[in-house]
Parts: sequence; structure tokens; C-alpha cells
Amino acid sequence: MKNFTVSKAATALMLAGLVLLPLYSQLSGNVFILTLFTRIIILALAAASLNLIMGFGGMMSFGHAAYLGIGGYAVGMLAQEGVGSGFIQFPVALAASAIYALVIGALSLRTRGVYFIMITLAFAQMAYYVASGLARYGGDDGLTVYNRSDFSGLINLSNRTQFYYLCLACLFGVIFLIWRIVNSRFGLVVQGLRSNEQRMQAIGFPAKRYQLVCFVISGTMCGLAGALLANNTDFVSPAVMYWTRSGDLMVMVILGGMGTLFGPIMGAVVFLLLEEFLSQITEYWALIMGPLLLLIVLFGRGGIMGMLGRAGRG
Amino acid sequence: MAEPLLRVEKLVRRFGGIIATDNVSLDVASGELHAIIGPNGAGKTTLISQLTGHLEPHSGSVSLAGRDITYLPAYRRCALGLARSFQITSLLLDFTAADNVALAAQAHAGTSFRFFANARKEKALRDAAHAALDRVGLAHRADVLVSKLSHGERRQIELAVALASKPKLLLLDEPMAGLGVTESQGMVKLLQELRKEVSIVLVEHDMPAVFALADRISVLVYGRVIASGDPAAIRANEDVKRAYLGDQHVVTHG
Repeated sequence: MKNFTVSKAATALMLAGLVLLPLYSQLSGNVFILTLFTRIIILALAAASLNLIMGFGGMMSFGHAAYLGIGGYAVGMLAQEGVGSGFIQFPVALAASAIYALVIGALSLRTRGVYFIMITLAFAQMAYYVASGLARYGGDDGLTVYNRSDFSGLINLSNRTQFYYLCLACLFGVIFLIWRIVNSRFGLVVQGLRSNEQRMQAIGFPAKRYQLVCFVISGTMCGLAGALLANNTDFVSPAVMYWTRSGDLMVMVILGGMGTLFGPIMGAVVFLLLEEFLSQITEYWALIMGPLLLLIVLFGRGGIMGMLGRAGRG
Repeated sequence: MAEPLLRVEKLVRRFGGIIATDNVSLDVASGELHAIIGPNGAGKTTLISQLTGHLEPHSGSVSLAGRDITYLPAYRRCALGLARSFQITSLLLDFTAADNVALAAQAHAGTSFRFFANARKEKALRDAAHAALDRVGLAHRADVLVSKLSHGERRQIELAVALASKPKLLLLDEPMAGLGVTESQGMVKLLQELRKEVSIVLVEHDMPAVFALADRISVLVYGRVIASGDPAAIRANEDVKRAYLGDQHVVTHG
């Protein structure tokens, strides 16, 4: 199976690069790259969580950025109210995301296809406007997080390297969980529902129950990304929930390869690096980025992972 | 006779002004192979869909082993021992044959809210899948993606999936549809084996197959059962000949 070695080698290379990055940053004195990649890893986590429902579950959620905001606001609001402990902030961020996912999922999963896309988008936009209306927490302008989550000396989030590795550990942990889930009984049912819902109902699986649980797991994972993101930027604003951010996450997943384990990381790395470097070259970077993504999506079926697989075969 | 396994009473289903199922009553005894035949548009698939729970009747009732299941959703009926095959093959195309069948076994073997252990390594499920595939003669194709299988093989997988749930009653919606002559003969032979183990409701167009297999036959015309009885009685029934079979010159030659 030669095709496996090419995509596997690329994946291994990328993961090794992520693990060794702080070393490079230290040796070269390039601090910026560490900050950039911390952001990339957090958004890769969000993309990976989206991939669980979109790639494996066939649920095209166009409102996934809402969880970034919910996780972020949980941290920011608690910090503002004087609760600085990460042991409280993070569980609250996850719980809030899970509850939001449960409610939104229960309502959205009554619909299918385009309607599902539209309704998840609509709920995320509602969350955006709710956050904009939170006058006490900065409203439109957002909320500065003056102190990063405090883990009582266990880990220091203000230390760049430690924070980087925390984010990376979270990403790897989530990928590990997703790997276990998609191969479990539950995961097979969810993927079966993506493939043929009528058949799954006929052999005795109530579709919505499984999809809803999957939706909640995915949302909770993305809430973790939100809590990390607020710590990374020391700031949270309604903008993180805007629909374009949900779109970015979808693009990362599709670009990397839907329904693959490491595709979303690949997609996030490529997407955000492109964005970073193109925006240094020209103000009109989106003019280059757009067509580029279009080409990859049109001609590289299965995203980067798919192309790597074919490159190995050809 | 004791309580029939499946009892359908005065079932009515309309689509706008058309009565697709018109006061249909039937009993299927345990161990019986009951065939439902009728010309195109007679309402066979509509009837089957009400038995499986994909369509709700407007009135009447369906009961399985004495239990009213008229308004139960499809997945609950399946848990009670009702399995179906689809007229148009409906499988998980991007899954292997073994995965397709193992999922059916999984649906009937404890909860599927298990998130961590690898389901493909559950021996009981794999064994059940292989047993069912073996039953339909496809054990050697277990690890092939269904999208790569031939139409005939997919028809057999449909059957294996239905068998894997260990049903009391099998509803087969045109299992021979689209099969070649040899494949059809293979399917008849297979059904002849299966009928020893499970009660079957067979909807089928292939008349020689139906007359070879059925214990009893009900003839559906315009949504109504015009005759019901053993093959010999149906063969001799004048209404049936006129309404349906006579056109096809099957009975006289069969």
C-alpha cells in the first residue's frame, strides 16, 4: 500500500514539526512563529471537532464558530468576575458549549441538507448578536482577558512554550479521542447514518439520538478550542463567532480532507499559513487565496489528504 | 391455529384521492412464506412500507406476535424482530460487506453508545456477520466495499443484513429485482433454505419463483386483496386470472 506511506509520511512530518517547533523558535530567536503556530493549533483543534460531525457524521454545520465564542466568553466573563482558576473556567467553557450544542442540535437535527446548514448558521449568528449585546462584557468591542487561566502552578499559560505545548496536547488528545470514537460502535453508527440513514433506521438505529450525541461531543471539543483561543489572544469578542469564521473552519476541513483523522490539522496549517504570508505580500490577499482554494477543492478531491494518497499511487 | 405472527387488519392508506391500500387484511402464520403479488401499481410497496413503519396508515392496524405495532417507528419494529430488504438496494456503499452486516448485528446486541472500544474487533459481531454472509454465499467477499460489488451480490447482502438481526419475520421487497436468470435461481434456492428458519413475507414479480416458494399467496389489485390462498387455489382462481395472471400466461403454462 504505497499510497498510505506518502500521506502517512507527510502527516508524520507535520506532527514532528509541530512538536519540535518551540525548539526551532528558541534556537532561531523567532518568537513570532511560536505565537502564529499556537493560533494554528487552536484552530486546528476547532477544525478537527467540526470534522467529527461534518466529515464523519455528514452533518454540515455552518455555525461551528459559535463554540469558539462560547468557550472564550466563559473564560473571559469568569475572569472579569474574579474567577481566575482554570479548573473552573475550562469545565464551565466545556459545559456551556455542550449545553448550547444540545439545544441547537435538538432543534437543527429535525432538518436535513441545506436547511441544516442554514439553521446552524442562523443560531450562530444569534449567538453573535447576543454577545454583541453584552454591555457588561464589552458588547461589540469585546472583552479583554487580563489574566490567563490560572492552573495553580501546574502549568503557566503566560509562558509561551508551556502554553504552546498545552494547546498541542489538547489537539493530540482530541485527535486521539476522535480516532477512538470513529472506530467504536457509536462511530460506526454515526458514519452509517451519513452513508444511508434509511438503511440504518431499517436495521434498528434511531438516527437522531446518535447524531445529537455526536453533535454535542463535537461542540464540547470546539468549546475547548474557544477557551484556549481566549487565553491566546487575551481577548474575546463577538467577531470570533461571526459566520465567516465558521466558513474558515469548514474550508480548513475540506481543504485538509473531510473524514480523515489528520486532514483538519493539515488544512488549518495550510490555510492559516497561506493567509499569513499572502497578507504580508499584498493587501488584496483574499484575491489570491480565494481562487487557490477553489482550485484545490475542484481538482483535489478529498482535499490535501486525498491528493497525497493519489500522489502515492500515481 | 394460534395467534398469527403478523396480523394486518383493515389497513387503509390514501395518497390524495387515490386509495393505495384499500381495507387490506392478512394473516401470516409462524413459519409461513406468504407471497404478495399484483400488477404494477397495485400498492405492494405501499403495503410493505406500512408494515415496516416507513409509512403510516390512515386506519386499520398491524400487529406482530399479538403486539400492536401500527404506529411504531421503523427502528422499534426492527427490535421486535421485523427485518426488511429494500426493493431498490439500500446499503452503506462506502462500508465493506462485513461492516454492513455487522452493523445490523450490532443493532441487536446491546447498546451502541460505546465510544472507545474498536467495534470492528468485537468478535461476536464479526462472527455474526460472517455467519450471515456465509448463509447467502458471500463469505469470500466480506472485506470488499459494497460499492465494488455487483448488483446480484448487493441483493444477497441485503438479505444477509436482514438475517443478521435474527428476525422473526422477514419482509422481502422484490429480492429478485434486476437479477439475471442464474442469479434468480440462486436466490430461489437460498430462500428455500431460509424459509425453514424464519417466516417470510415476499413481494415479488417473478411468478415462477413465487409459485415455487409460497405457502400462501395474496393477490393485490388496486390496493385490494382480491384473493388469498395456496398456490393451487390462486392458480385456479378466475378473478386472479382475469385481473392479473391471465395477461402474463404464466399460470396456464406453469
